[in-house]
Amino acid sequence: MSVPDYIRFNTLSLHAGQRPDPTTGARATPIYQTTSYVFRDTDHAAALFNAERPGHVYSRITNPTNAVLEERMSALEGGVGAICTASGQAAMHLAIATIAGAGDHIVSSRALYGGSHNLLSYTLPRFGIETTFVDPRDTEAFRAAIRPNTKLLFAETLGNPGLDVLDIPTVSQVAHDAGIPLLMDSTFTTPYLCRPFDLGADLVFHSATKFLGGHGIAIGGVLVDGGRFDWAASGKFPTLTEPYAGFHDMNFAEEYGPAAFIMRARKEGARDFGACMSPTTAFHILQGVETLPLRMQRHIENTRKIVEFLKSNDGVGSVIYPELPEHPDHELAKRLLPKGCGAVFSFGLKGGRPAGRKFIESLRVFSHLANVGDAKSLVIHPASTTHHRMDTEALRAAGITEGTVRLSVGLEDSQDLIEDLARAIYISQKATAPRAAVGA
Amino acid sequence: MDFSVDGHRAYAYTGARAFDPGKPSVVFIHGGGLDHCVWILQSRYFAHHGYNALALDLPAHGRSEGPLQTSIETMADWVIRAVEALGVRRYAVTGHSMGALVALETAARDPDRVAAAIFIGISVPMPVTDALLSAAKANDHSAFDMVNLWGHGYGAQLGGNPSPGMWMTGGAVRLLERSGPGVLYNDLNACDAYQRGLEAAAQVKAPVRVILGKNDIMASPRAGRELIAALPNAEVTELSNCGHMLMAEQPDRVLDAMVESAARHLPAKAAA
Repeated sequence: MSVPDYIRFNTLSLHAGQRPDPTTGARATPIYQTTSYVFRDTDHAAALFNAERPGHVYSRITNPTNAVLEERMSALEGGVGAICTASGQAAMHLAIATIAGAGDHIVSSRALYGGSHNLLSYTLPRFGIETTFVDPRDTEAFRAAIRPNTKLLFAETLGNPGLDVLDIPTVSQVAHDAGIPLLMDSTFTTPYLCRPFDLGADLVFHSATKFLGGHGIAIGGVLVDGGRFDWAASGKFPTLTEPYAGFHDMNFAEEYGPAAFIMRARKEGARDFGACMSPTTAFHILQGVETLPLRMQRHIENTRKIVEFLKSNDGVGSVIYPELPEHPDHELAKRLLPKGCGAVFSFGLKGGRPAGRKFIESLRVFSHLANVGDAKSLVIHPASTTHHRMDTEALRAAGITEGTVRLSVGLEDSQDLIEDLARAIYISQKATAPRAAVGA
Repeated sequence: MDFSVDGHRAYAYTGARAFDPGKPSVVFIHGGGLDHCVWILQSRYFAHHGYNALALDLPAHGRSEGPLQTSIETMADWVIRAVEALGVRRYAVTGHSMGALVALETAARDPDRVAAAIFIGISVPMPVTDALLSAAKANDHSAFDMVNLWGHGYGAQLGGNPSPGMWMTGGAVRLLERSGPGVLYNDLNACDAYQRGLEAAAQVKAPVRVILGKNDIMASPRAGRELIAALPNAEVTELSNCGHMLMAEQPDRVLDAMVESAARHLPAKAAA
């Protein structure tokens, strides 16, 4: 008997979590647009409520369409289970709320999506959860910031917007030395480019709105449990290791072992916070996941061509992309992200804010909007939009200037994208350059 | 629930219910390299339907301490000592894979207390390939992968888990990874070396339910036929589209078969 192999990534992207519908034979995942599910009898109902039998009770907790996406993402990430949420922000909140409460503390990278920064800086402190922000490139700063009440370390695989590559193996070791997990926002990389669990991370979430869905049509999030963190051995997570009065004294670590976290997140977080994904959204995101490997290859291919173009353009001051030798994380990126460093990156346009405005307004293929990870190419000016709540010092610390422009490279013909950028850069420079220099 | 066997800490999952000596008990025995977590759905059900559910962790597995038991026979003797330590008077014994062999030996060795037996994913003999034994002996991760991939039917590897949102093979391999060094090898070796199956079967007095997966390549239904013939009083349930990890792949159908057997041979009400 030969040694078998696991089913591979492309196949899992198309099939994981779903078999042809047993009732109709439908090959595609049906949209189970229902709130609730008929019980066979009273004993069946009681058994479902008490987690004695598997199945669905109410679509805020579980739904068959969502379950396919949850399984698929677990498979692609190499985890034990997942929960779909109403948004990436909801997934992040669910991850934190499952293991932290008033009096607890988080150590986070400071290079974050603005929404994540808001949650940690302004909202969670109202609920008694404090966060210390550190430079993601300073792995020892994570260690130094850990307190006795620290419950998790948090970072993005590729920091927003400077594309700081997190040294996941080192930071996860820092976390594990302290008996706490590492939570990763893996939105920019998707499991096609990076599987954080393979590198030591413990929990991963995505804004599925971005590359997973890939078409800019649905807001959603996914939280995945890697299943390796030993909550019982840590002794710091009573929500997982002590009887939970809210569910018949269930001790999640005792009952579910490797799946303790994701089961608590569902039985408490999905039930009580209620930030569930609609099954129609799950269907839309599943269509995206089916082509994730193909799309990510093309995203990367186009991004590399555009980075090369921008590097050689006189109107561009700097290009921030980890595959460039001058990027501070170039060597780390080669090791952790060999397939590519994503399709969202920033560059600095000469001429500052006026040039940036002119550039964005002159683009014809790139769309100016607040999203990334669409099949269509997108552009935004972070200082005035996604990071507008940050003061100048915070912006500087996050690697943003007033002239920084962020691109999300789509799947169009790369030459059309380059021509669009070349034209807009030319117009921006012409409009803002000293008059004597124009045409010189 | 923690208790003591041979001076070592032993653990049984009870569905968060205190042990009640007035109730009949169902004793669950996990397979090689695993622990009580494989029985979560089924044991919770029995714990809330008039039984003491006792999903044991064998020594050096899960939360139980003490030295590894190196043979199916000594594992069965340990189970009987555990049952005695808990004060169980009448019980149904059920096991999966290696645990099914242990349950078979337990039923043969403790005929006065075993009222019913349920063997899941069993074959006699239960040979283990050299490749798997070698990898397990070396504590190589490929041993977990082999158990995981040979254990789950192809359909289960693609997904469609009855437990919503859970990735079956991901959960199974993480559970195996939690076993200590040498544990899987010890268990596989015990299965491979076990030769007493047909002799033990002939000694079983309790009614037996054998539950098999039609797509099981680790304990195929064909390999179970000789055992079934040797059992004086056996019924067989074969589950279609099911590999070796029956409790995960077909949890409801496994539970239904277990409940049906328990209700007939060790009813909760009559014994309570």
